[in-house]
Amino acid sequence: MMRTADMLKAFVPYRKDAIVVPGRGGRYWVELTAHPNLDAPLGDPAMGGHAGFGLGLALARPDKKVVLFDSEGDIQMSLGMLVTIAEQQPANFYHFLIDNGVYATTGGQPVPNAEKVAYDVIARGAGYPRTFAFTEIGDFERALPEIMRLPGPVFVACKVVAEIENEPIGRRRRWQTRTRDQVLADLRTGLATTR
Amino acid sequence: MNDAPVIALSPETVLAEMKKNGVTHVVWLPDSETNWLYLLMKAEPSLRLVGVNREGHACSVAAGLSAGGAKPLILIQNTGMMESGDSLRGWLLGLNIPVVLMVGYRGWTRHGVNADSAATYTERFLMAFGINYYLVESDADASRISIAFDEAERTKRPVAVLVGDEYHGFNR
Repeated sequence: MMRTADMLKAFVPYRKDAIVVPGRGGRYWVELTAHPNLDAPLGDPAMGGHAGFGLGLALARPDKKVVLFDSEGDIQMSLGMLVTIAEQQPANFYHFLIDNGVYATTGGQPVPNAEKVAYDVIARGAGYPRTFAFTEIGDFERALPEIMRLPGPVFVACKVVAEIENEPIGRRRRWQTRTRDQVLADLRTGLATTR
Repeated sequence: MNDAPVIALSPETVLAEMKKNGVTHVVWLPDSETNWLYLLMKAEPSLRLVGVNREGHACSVAAGLSAGGAKPLILIQNTGMMESGDSLRGWLLGLNIPVVLMVGYRGWTRHGVNADSAATYTERFLMAFGINYYLVESDADASRISIAFDEAERTKRPVAVLVGDEYHGFNR
């Protein structure tokens, strides 16, 4: 099994000028990124919505790769979104899943059927043409060059070690360095959009 | 206001308002009355339809589209809007997304006595979220759709258009 930070580190060389939505990997990604103006570290605006947000970005900007680091708790809340993404077939969309098997920010309670869900199989069944699953960082690192060469939508499920937060929310270290408004303003600047 | 039928809101009028206001993507979940509008939207080359299977998804998709520089419209029914509460809060209000939600007003009656709780809670729901809204019943009201688009852009907030002619116009 791999650690989320190592998974994200392995991806860095292949990022180039892609838009990155780091999802629940945000606290690691802000330390790794070289292009914060192309990142959307929004934290958790409302659970289950990262996939939709990533799809929207991919449809709005077909000229750029959009890389989403989703989580299995979010995916379980919005499985139907996989069908919508598969129907839209965004060729620039790379959907990575950070699967730690638990609700890590609420104390580590397991997500339903945590040990038996095959998210790559679900994504394939929803209509993603290319899906992968990894449990070891070495396998993931070796496959990344090919994954990022493939046309999207691609789904990549990664089983990671759970890093559970038990500190009361008010005492946790805040990893966000920008407000959500600032993140979106910077992203629009990075994308040179006028809206 | 009485309960007499009014001239219908035609799907052609709704489509013209979308084009006039530069809509690029319609994020939607069909209800039983929108088939004619669907056929028109599908034939319109300037629009891309993004079908969702749960209305809350429309909020996050629209937020991503807007963040990327596109101009989405959300087209859903009031029942689904109410199901979308947390997504509305987090992805639209929380991120200050300027977007219009066209919401089929299931159960709407002109006299205020309704038999459908979907109608009972629609406006209360919007008020609770502080989302401004405009009622559109017929082609004569269509300019309110543009007013909603202008307001969304000006305030950087979602604005709703309640379609009170759900049972006539879209279904012909």
